[in-house]
Amino acid sequence: MTFRLFWNQMLAILWKDLRCELRTRQVWISMAMFALLVLIVFNFAFDLRVDNKAAVAPGALWIAFVFASTLGLGRTITAEQEKGLMDRLLLCPVDRKAIYFAKLLGNLVFIGVVEVIAVPIFAVLYDLPVFTGGIIPIVVLGTIGIAALGTIFSAIAANTQAREVLLPLLLFPLLVPVVIAAVKATQALVNPVSGDAPWIGLIAAFDVIFLSISAVTFQYVIEE
Amino acid sequence: MQIASSRPAQPGTATPTPLPPWLMPVRRYGEYVLGAAAALSILATIWAAFVYAPTDALQGNVQRIEYFHVPMAWVAYLAFFVVFVASILYLWRKNARWDVLARASAEVGTVFTTLVLITGSLWGRTVWGTWWQWDARMTTTLILWFIYVGYLLLRSYTGLSEGGARAAAVLGIIGFIDVPINYLSVTWWRTLHPSYQVPLGSEAQAPASVVLALMLGLLAFTLLYAFLTVQVYRLNKIQRAAQVLRVRAEME
Repeated sequence: MTFRLFWNQMLAILWKDLRCELRTRQVWISMAMFALLVLIVFNFAFDLRVDNKAAVAPGALWIAFVFASTLGLGRTITAEQEKGLMDRLLLCPVDRKAIYFAKLLGNLVFIGVVEVIAVPIFAVLYDLPVFTGGIIPIVVLGTIGIAALGTIFSAIAANTQAREVLLPLLLFPLLVPVVIAAVKATQALVNPVSGDAPWIGLIAAFDVIFLSISAVTFQYVIEE
Repeated sequence: MQIASSRPAQPGTATPTPLPPWLMPVRRYGEYVLGAAAALSILATIWAAFVYAPTDALQGNVQRIEYFHVPMAWVAYLAFFVVFVASILYLWRKNARWDVLARASAEVGTVFTTLVLITGSLWGRTVWGTWWQWDARMTTTLILWFIYVGYLLLRSYTGLSEGGARAAAVLGIIGFIDVPINYLSVTWWRTLHPSYQVPLGSEAQAPASVVLALMLGLLAFTLLYAFLTVQVYRLNKIQRAAQVLRVRAEME
């Protein structure tokens, strides 16, 4: 298995998913609208004022990201399942890791689009200085963490009848470290504190661990 | 690189094969011995906790819950470690007995985690004055509870299918690896908040009787865990054998 073959297989699956999405636009518009709604609902729920804004707003942003991601992640292999294409995909001489990384990249693109829309709107609505370069590594690493586990858990939940219900139940407890670290890192960006824990490093470690485990175990989840 | 997935033979399509040896019902007298040992040591722990161990000078009688709380917490983590190891062995060896063991251990571990949360809460109400503290250990245990309730939900949704078993094995592996990261993140998160946590007794100068009672509790609950897991394992095994026989009967 050369790297080039792997790369081509991955891009082919990724491109198929992206083209489907570009033609139907089922997922990302719903995700983006949902993320914005969460941001707005949080504003009412916490009665944001100048004095509590910096503490609460980063939480609202990440809850919006996680909830919106769940919508998109839930559809990771739905297309394959509904049309019975997973069997055919598995019959192809495709490395299972290529399928995982293609699905992961697809999810990253969908969530990324939503985040690119949501972060500026968040900065405007909450009037916080988050729209800086410092937010990029936090959002990128946090999103990789969400998508790495979300992709494989979506495939796990797809084994059952209750996949939409099951995915958040399985995913959220495991994402606690990412959510804590991302919220704390975003808070530090808004309101720098000295001697804070290395949150970005924690997310990066989480990403590396779960990307590798998921890549190795994904084949057991999709094969029947 | 794998080209085709290894598909299991459909039961009943070929000539009926005998049940796999590990599914055959066997009476094992070792289980009775294990059960008796568990029952006796639990009784001894109750005696040690309520009679033998001295009353704590600071916390009073409520501290006695520790002799059950700590062993149950140990057993919960042990149970999930067994799930982790059995899940790896199942994916590696593809022998369904590891899957049955993982499931049995997860069930017992979840029950013990629930009891750990309840006993911890009861103790906290008296000593801390609050049912719940977002302390690192408690929070991690609560998240652990959610992970394995999710695991059991997944198992109940997928039934006895092989795909479901593999998916659950992957969850059993990922869920356990998440625990230390969870603990680390919650600890760091906690250090930034003011905490009025009472130090958990000064273990260094705990009297020998306290240590002894705790050790007895650890032994008793480990035996109880082993006994319960064997029973649940046996139950799952019988369910599986019944399914194999049912499918075979339908085919014939």
